[in-house]
Amino acid sequence: MTDTPQAELISGFRPQMLKFARLQLQDDAAAEDVVQEAMESALRGVDRFGGRSALKTWLFTIVRHKVIDALRERGRSVQVSTLERDEADMDEAFEALFRDNGHWSPASRPRAWGDPEEALEQRQFWQVFETCLELLPARTARVFMMREFLGLETDEICTTLQLSISNCNVILHRARAGLRQCLNTGWFAGEGAPC
Amino acid sequence: MLNCRQATRLMSEGMDRPLGLVERLRLRFHLAFCRGCRAFKRQTAFLRRASRAFVRLSDDDTP
Repeated sequence: MTDTPQAELISGFRPQMLKFARLQLQDDAAAEDVVQEAMESALRGVDRFGGRSALKTWLFTIVRHKVIDALRERGRSVQVSTLERDEADMDEAFEALFRDNGHWSPASRPRAWGDPEEALEQRQFWQVFETCLELLPARTARVFMMREFLGLETDEICTTLQLSISNCNVILHRARAGLRQCLNTGWFAGEGAPC
Repeated sequence: MLNCRQATRLMSEGMDRPLGLVERLRLRFHLAFCRGCRAFKRQTAFLRRASRAFVRLSDDDTP
């Protein structure tokens, strides 16, 4: 577990992850299990991470996902709902961008983002980016990160998380549409002139 | 004819699997006439580049 600096980094986050899981689950043994599982699945692909920030986002997404799964198994729907924005809410927000005929409503039609590459050079942009990722429902974020952070193929993701291919596609679309909207509002709005 | 909602779904799937010929043609036709969806396509492609950049970012680059 300590062969690479990244694996060491993972271990470094363990206390924080445990604290989070204990707080949510109110059960030390269950929290240990969740964190152990999360660390094991995070080890995969860890070498791709250049530094703490993205790795931490990825790790806590897995922990959050596993905590929510554990709460669901116990039937604690109230705690689940305070922990995560519902996937249905995201779909509703996406639907609201369209008119009844399925075309963009004029106010929400995507407009050009000016020079987005420039944003990649700016620290504040990455803070917005992280926040937008954290706002995604845990499962949605996890599927998105497996695809776009680790570069896994969708069939591999589906198998790992036991989802159907079409379910995976729906989740990835939801994640992309949601992130696009969040970055649009949080960073690009007002910056890029309409094309 | 695809509407914009369907087009966004197809654009997303196109990032995860090769689209079939008919799907590609329908999408290309839609994009030719829809500025909003062209922006959506560029922006989701940007999301992919940003995600990869985020993962590679070293601590020196972040606060």
